[in-house]
Amino acid sequence: MLHDKAHAHITPWWVYGAVYVALLVLTWVTVAVARVDLGAWNVVVAVGIATVKAALVALFFMHLLHEGRLTWSYLGLTLFAIALLLGLSLLDIWAIFLRAGA
Amino acid sequence: MSVAESIRAMVAEKEELAGYSGAKFGMWLFLITELMLFAVLFTAYGVFRALHLEAFHEAHRELNLTLGTVNTLVLITSSFTMALAVGAAQRGRRSLTTLFLSATTLLGIAFLFIKAVEYGAKIHHGLYPGGPAFQALEAGEKLFFGLYFTMTGLHALHVYAGILVVLWLLVRNLLGHFSSEYFAPVEIGGLYWHLVDLIWIYLFPLLYLVG
Repeated sequence: MLHDKAHAHITPWWVYGAVYVALLVLTWVTVAVARVDLGAWNVVVAVGIATVKAALVALFFMHLLHEGRLTWSYLGLTLFAIALLLGLSLLDIWAIFLRAGA
Repeated sequence: MSVAESIRAMVAEKEELAGYSGAKFGMWLFLITELMLFAVLFTAYGVFRALHLEAFHEAHRELNLTLGTVNTLVLITSSFTMALAVGAAQRGRRSLTTLFLSATTLLGIAFLFIKAVEYGAKIHHGLYPGGPAFQALEAGEKLFFGLYFTMTGLHALHVYAGILVVLWLLVRNLLGHFSSEYFAPVEIGGLYWHLVDLIWIYLFPLLYLVG
């Protein structure tokens, strides 16, 4: 009566191993890059690397790669909402700085 | 097979599909609410960091980068063992599932232990909201430590809840509830654990590395 097997995608073991190694390497890279002073770019690089790591975890460890359109669309809508919240808030601060500078 | 029987079989199959896919989708919906919760805190961090750039950078030097990095490795490894536990459960390898779920639990406890050591040092130095050293800080630095404790504290609570979920899976696995035919609870419990790792992936660089 139970057959999760029929609907689940089984990821080969090596994929988990490869993702784990990639996550370790990216952690080392992000710590190493933070020692270099890139000015305002430090935070951009740090968030960029974090996003690559997050994508690896979501796509492979969380099997998002094999999720259906329903999950993808709800998640997409959420990320869009978060981008609006974060983007508009930071844009507001930027506008304040611009006005103060003018 | 009579018409009534084949209809019953079709309904059973539909319900089963709803069971597995529905359970996973339900967990994704819950994870979405968690993302929204943390997104607000990250937005607060982004806005206050932009307003107090220097102060945030000064204050972030107070954090222990070594312990933060070790904890990042601990949590990433726990996510890896959780992924392996799901893989083992899907294949019906019960003792392997037990091994990986146990490893995940121990790594989760190690993370909280290291976090407690970090909090202990901060409290010892009076760097907690309302503490003597905290009171002497300028506004921007106070905001940094306020956000540090709020964000890592809420995250630590999630790790604690995650450990309870993994322990529950461990007990059910030992009782023989799971097989290669039924493993949805391991998979959706794993989803929750990975989310906790995802949030730390952003917390670590923002708080410990760039400040």
